[in-house]
Amino acid sequence: MSSIIQECLDESCAIHSHTLEDYQSEIPRWCKGCGDHGVLASLQRVMRKNNVDPENVVTVSGIGCSSRLPHYLKTYGFHGIHGRALPISTGVRLARPDLKVIVTMGDGDCFSIGGNHWLHAVRYNINAVVLVLDNEIYALTKMQVSPTTPVGQRTNTTPRGSSLQPMNPIGVVVGMTNVSFVAQTATWLPAHLDETIERAWEHKGLSFVRILQRCPVFMPEAYGEGGLNFPVTFLENEDGIPIHPGLLKRGPAQAHNQRNIDQALSVAAKVDPAPMGLIYHNPDLPTYEEIRVQHAKRPDHETFINRLDNLMDRYAV
Amino acid sequence: MSGPRLVRLSESIVEIVSDAGEGAQKAAVSFAQVCAKAGNGLWTVEIIPSEIQPPPHTTGSASGNRIRLSEKSPVTNVGNLADVVLAFNEMALLSRYEAGTVADDALVLIDDQWAEHDIESYRKSYREVLEMVRKSGGTVIEVPLEKETLKHVDNPQRGKNMFAVGLLCALYNKDIEIAKEVIAGVFKKKKQIVIDTAVKLAVAGFQYGLENLETRFEVPAIPTDVPKVAMNGNTALAMGAVAAGFDLCSMYPITPATSASHVLSEIFEDFGGFVHQAEDEIAAIGVALGASYAGKTALTITSGPGMALKTEFQGLSVMTETPLVIVDVQRGGPSTGLPTKIEQGDLLHALYGTPGDAPKVVMAASTIEECYYILSVAKKIAEEFRMLVIVLSDANLATGQQLFTRPDVSKTPRRPPLDLSPVPEDTLPYDWDSQTGLSNRLIPGQPGGMGVITSLNHDRNGKACYDSERNQRGHQMRSRKLAALQQSLNPPAIHGEPEGDLLLVGWGSTKGAIEEAVDMAREEGISVSSINIQFLSPLPPGLKKIFSRFKKVMTVELNYSDDWDDPLITEESRRYGQLAWVLRAAVLMDIDCYAKVPGRPLMPVEILDEIKNQLNGKGGAVSGKEPIDEPQPATTNS
Repeated sequence: MSSIIQECLDESCAIHSHTLEDYQSEIPRWCKGCGDHGVLASLQRVMRKNNVDPENVVTVSGIGCSSRLPHYLKTYGFHGIHGRALPISTGVRLARPDLKVIVTMGDGDCFSIGGNHWLHAVRYNINAVVLVLDNEIYALTKMQVSPTTPVGQRTNTTPRGSSLQPMNPIGVVVGMTNVSFVAQTATWLPAHLDETIERAWEHKGLSFVRILQRCPVFMPEAYGEGGLNFPVTFLENEDGIPIHPGLLKRGPAQAHNQRNIDQALSVAAKVDPAPMGLIYHNPDLPTYEEIRVQHAKRPDHETFINRLDNLMDRYAV
Repeated sequence: MSGPRLVRLSESIVEIVSDAGEGAQKAAVSFAQVCAKAGNGLWTVEIIPSEIQPPPHTTGSASGNRIRLSEKSPVTNVGNLADVVLAFNEMALLSRYEAGTVADDALVLIDDQWAEHDIESYRKSYREVLEMVRKSGGTVIEVPLEKETLKHVDNPQRGKNMFAVGLLCALYNKDIEIAKEVIAGVFKKKKQIVIDTAVKLAVAGFQYGLENLETRFEVPAIPTDVPKVAMNGNTALAMGAVAAGFDLCSMYPITPATSASHVLSEIFEDFGGFVHQAEDEIAAIGVALGASYAGKTALTITSGPGMALKTEFQGLSVMTETPLVIVDVQRGGPSTGLPTKIEQGDLLHALYGTPGDAPKVVMAASTIEECYYILSVAKKIAEEFRMLVIVLSDANLATGQQLFTRPDVSKTPRRPPLDLSPVPEDTLPYDWDSQTGLSNRLIPGQPGGMGVITSLNHDRNGKACYDSERNQRGHQMRSRKLAALQQSLNPPAIHGEPEGDLLLVGWGSTKGAIEEAVDMAREEGISVSSINIQFLSPLPPGLKKIFSRFKKVMTVELNYSDDWDDPLITEESRRYGQLAWVLRAAVLMDIDCYAKVPGRPLMPVEILDEIKNQLNGKGGAVSGKEPIDEPQPATTNS
């Protein structure tokens, strides 16, 4: 069924059908030309397409430009502290597996100050859409070097050029135990971005999506000036992210089996050209909340009291 | 010999010490249970090294327990100097003398194997330590602990402790049948052969004691119909968390807090909750906060170093008004400090450790029994006031055992299901009552309530704002909640007369020792009273009024303070104990402190001495003698 017919059906038949406005909050206060606008719009489109009730979504973020996103999305939102969006999200999912969780972080937020949480959240495999908006720079604090800043880049903390090789976050995630979904996309490829977030939304488990984008103010040269001169390879597979013909102008397609961890590790190790699309996918792993909640069933009040009383017997003298 | 003498005592303190890993802890816990089952009042304290396997046969390896048993219950503190020490070697024994916790006329029972041991240095130090004990007035009974144990097992390391249990039962005239039951319980997860051997050894120890001890003691229990339980403070916290209705405990391992999570891990799922061991202290509080934001009640349990790591999230809880309970089981600090020992040094950190002005509730448990009830109170305040509540316990409460009245679990309140009913579209996330600062919180899933909560300064709409007026207002609303809570608190109860020469002010687990010292002093006609402060933030009402009726007010705390006699110390340079600091600022009165950091609970007698010094005008002198660096005795694994 084409999506247009589906939308007409939704609008005419369903009482609870949502419009884009249902997911819109304040006017975003990001800079002109910032990739964050595109990610916000894409999320809103995916939510409308899935006709999600906004009250059942929690959007959690850390600190940084991209972490302002919950303010502009009309769901429940928790704008937290630097690097700590993932622990908060884990708490939300453990408490309320009925809620859909979106996490937005920046590159410094996730890969640097939140690095430990990032690794462990992947291993927990909580059910959440985790978007890292990677512009290769600390922008809100005005241009400091980030873990993904290219070597030689001048920033306010590396005035003679950054000296360390940038981190390859995709390689880190695919190498993490219990990884279940890893994709890479970019804001200059809006259709690819939509499809990627859509696939991440459908996945049960932690969907890790790295979104490449430039910062028009402090890092306009990122990713070959926002994709103009940035070599990519599109990963092709019938279950992967569709490659619209127009994309092939940006780079060639390459057959890839995202269910195969060895292939995924090999693809994840490459940064030039950058692999775009679904790198690894295992839909069959249990989530942490499923594992934990299945053993913890709250008994009725009388049973609760009886159990507590029996427990107290252990310590009775 | 005209048969053994049975001496009747109203109470007795016994310390049982061995090398780490030799089982003195298990022996002590078993013997304490025997006493508890006999109906004795009880307070125990662990003597515990910081390492799992420290070098054996050194003072640093001493591991065991102190048990204060009494004809009366409840016993509220560790008591004074030990009357009896049962030591597996002379270095463990020496460690107790060095700690200054043994009476001069103590009865010492010690394994005699060292007298003729192959290692010359052991023979020598054994002779020297026993001579020291005798010189100071103690009585030594050498017991063939190892030799007798070897008659029953091949490896005496695994069994001496059960022989010791039997020996103690004989010494204190306890029923060996109760001991058999207790031992079967202690080893219930082991094979039957292990239980049988342990029981056999205890019976052998008991028999040896009956045949060889010339003097035996009896501490009769005053019979009572009130049902009692015996547990340690961390177990009480865990049980209390379940009874309070918590859904999640998110933690990271840290001494001495972790054992509370061990208990919770075992029992919580049967009540619908679970323990999440996070990747670090920061994530532990973050997960708890996330769960609480989503409508469940969560707590995190930690100790000083973990508290330090949690401060940014504490600020987030305060700023977003997300309810949260943190338990800090305090240990010695700063830094890694004394991980297994008591101090009250986190008070100022709990009150003021969060960057920015972050009003929060801080309360302290003063007994093991209170550890059970305190989390229900903390949870209620956290939820009703949308506040961060920090509950302070300490290493003494955590690992000590107390006998107390069995809680009536039938009174546990029913919990309503999560209310996810719709709210009107314009409902504000911070609809502050301008008098009290209180507001209703919205729970994700409630239609109409969508909106963001943020770590940034915000207004009633929850929107980030940076102007001075709304920054002032946000601070004011968060602060007024504390004033509103203070209105509902009672002034602290005064132990003793409401006026007099001296008032002692304590908080947390020093309560029992302070009150016992006050009772002793009052019997001698000294005009002294005490109070214990349960709420450190907000402070209870009426303090200034209470203080003004005493000629002198002094805190008693397990904290560091400069001694008046120290070089360079003047009225301007003196650093006071932490509670004194807080109270001086709160009431603008000259409040002195008796503050020291011995790494063990305070004994009533030392507080009594200080009371007398104060009233003789010589107070405040905490002995700060320089420790002598003595060469460590020879060890087998140097």
